Amino acid sequence: MNARPLAAAPSRPLPPTGEGRLLSGIRDDGRALSLNEHVATYGSARDGARAEAFVAELESSGLTGRGGAAFPIAAKFQAVAAGRRRPVVVVNGAESEPASGKDRALLRTLPHLVLDGAVLAAEALGAKQVIVAVSRGAAVEQAALAAAVAERARARVDGNVSLRVASVPRAFVAGEETALVHFLDGGPAKPTFTPPRPFERGVGGAPTLVQNVETLAHAALISRFGADWFREVGTESEPGSALLTLSGAVRRPGIHEAALGTRFETLVDEASGLTQPVSGFLVGGYFGTWVPADALLRLRLLDADLGLHGASLGTRAIVALPADACAVGEIARVTYYLAGESAGQCGPCVHGLAAIAEGMERVASGRADDRDRLARWVDVVRGRGACKHPDGVTRFVASGLDVFADEVGLHLRHGRCGARPSAVLPIPREVRNE
Amino acid sequence: MKLRVNPIACEGHGICAELLPELITLDEWGYPIIDDVDVPRTLEPHARRAVADCPTLALALERSRAESGRAASRAARGR
Ligand SMILES: Cc1cc2nc3c(=O)[nH]c(=O)nc-3n(C[C@H](O)[C@H](O)[C@H](O)COP(=O)(O)O)c2cc1C
Ligand code: SF4
Ligand code: SF4
Repeated sequence: MNARPLAAAPSRPLPPTGEGRLLSGIRDDGRALSLNEHVATYGSARDGARAEAFVAELESSGLTGRGGAAFPIAAKFQAVAAGRRRPVVVVNGAESEPASGKDRALLRTLPHLVLDGAVLAAEALGAKQVIVAVSRGAAVEQAALAAAVAERARARVDGNVSLRVASVPRAFVAGEETALVHFLDGGPAKPTFTPPRPFERGVGGAPTLVQNVETLAHAALISRFGADWFREVGTESEPGSALLTLSGAVRRPGIHEAALGTRFETLVDEASGLTQPVSGFLVGGYFGTWVPADALLRLRLLDADLGLHGASLGTRAIVALPADACAVGEIARVTYYLAGESAGQCGPCVHGLAAIAEGMERVASGRADDRDRLARWVDVVRGRGACKHPDGVTRFVASGLDVFADEVGLHLRHGRCGARPSAVLPIPREVRNE
Repeated sequence: MKLRVNPIACEGHGICAELLPELITLDEWGYPIIDDVDVPRTLEPHARRAVADCPTLALALERSRAESGRAASRAARGR
C-alpha cells in the first residue's frame, strides 16, 4: 500500500494510493505529524485547489459528511455562502458517540490535515474564524491541536484565518450542531429549535459551516489530489474511503480505513477476523441499527446496501457482538445511558426515552412483557424532539428488539437468555457515575 | 399551512389539544401529537386560536414542506 516511487523525489508528494488515504500518513509511533512532516507527506495546502476551484473539486468529488448524516459538503458550502454575513467555520471534533474513536484518532495523529481542510473551507467562504471543538475528555487531542495551531501561527501558513480550539462538554448531545453553536455562544451545550440551522444563523449569529473532523480531512486531500483521485475508490453514488471504528469480537479492533463499497466480510478479514462467533453487528453507533451477523457479512459498506435492512452507515462505528454476550442486557444498558443523555428539554424525549429505558429493563429482567408498549413508545417518540436524539435512540431499540426477538422471548420466560451478562458496548464512566 | 410545535418551548399544558382536537392529541405524558397534514381551510381559525392561546408560544403555523420546498429551490436557483 501507499508505494511512492523514489525516483519522483516529489517536491509535490504523490497522492496516497489504495484505500488507506487518511491513515497512510500516520507515523508508526502514533504521535502527531509536525507541520514539516505533514507537508513532506501530503504537500502544502498552498499548492492545492483553493477558493472556487476547491469548492468545484468538492462538488465533483461527491464527498458527504462523515459525522453521521452524510450530507453533501458542497451543498452545505453553498447554503452557508448564501448568507449575507461573514461566515464562521466550526470543526466538529466532539465525537460524543462512545463506540467511535476515528475523529480523535485524526486529531491526535494528523491535526494539520484536519486544520488544512478547515482553513481551505474558511478561505473559500471568506471566513476569518475557525473554531475546532474537541471534547473536554480528549486531553491528548487538545494538546496535539494546540501544538499544531502554534506551529501554524509561527509559520504564518493561514493568511488572515485565525484558529481557536474550544473544549466542549462530554455529553452525548453536545456534538449535535445546534448544541455546539449554543455552547460556543456561551449557552449550555444543548440543542436549539430549528430553523434557524447553523448554516443560516450559527456562532455569533453568523452563517456557520459545521463540519465533522473526518469530512475536512478528506476535503484537504481532495484539494491536493482532486475529485477524480477521490473517486478512484468507492462507487459512483458513494465515492471515496471512510474511517471505521471497529470493536467487539474482532481480532484487531480500532480505527480502520476502507473504500466505500468494500464487503463487510473483507473488512472483518482486514481486522484479522473474528475472535469468536458473532450474533449481530451494531452498525452506525448508538443511533445505528442492529443487523444479524450472517446478513451483514453479505453486504457492502454502502448506505445503498444497508438501506435494505433499514440501516445506514451513520458514524461508521461498528460493534461485533459475540454470540455468547447477552444482547438484550446490552441493549437495555445502552438505552438507559442514552435516555439519561437526553438534554432534558423536550417532553417526548425526556418522558418517552425514560419510559422506553424502563420498559427495556423490565423486558431484560423478565418482569413484564412490555414489547407492545415499547413498540408504541418508539412510534410515539420518533420525530418529536427538537433534535434527532429520540430518533436515533428509538432506531437502536427497535432494531435490537427485532434482530434479537428470540433472545427477548427467553428473557421474558426466564429473566435471562443463558448468555453471559456482558459489557461489550462501551458507556463512558464519568457519565454513568454522575 | 401546517402546525408545528417547538418541543423545547412546549410545557404540555394541553390547551392546544382542547382547542383543536381534530388535529392535536396528547401523548400519555401530556405533550401534543400533531397530525402531519395541511390544516384544512375550515379549521384554520381554530388553528390560529390554538397558536395564539399557547401559554409558551410553542405552537406555530408554518408553510408546509411542499410549499417551503418550492421556496427553498427558488432560493437555491436565485443564488
Ligand atoms: C445527538 C447528536 C449528536 C451528534 N454528535 C456529533 C458528534 O459528536 N460529532 C459530529 O461530527 N457530528 C455529530 N452530530 C451530527 C452533527 O449535528 C452534524 O450533522 C455534523 O457535525 C455535520 O458535519 P458533517 O456534515 O461533516 O458530518 C450529532 C448529531 C446528533 C443528533
Ligand atoms: S430531543 Fe431530547 S436531546 Fe434533543 S433537544 Fe430535545 S430533549 Fe434535548
Ligand atoms: S398549548 Fe402550547 S405548551 Fe400547551 S401542549 Fe399545546 S403547544 Fe404545548
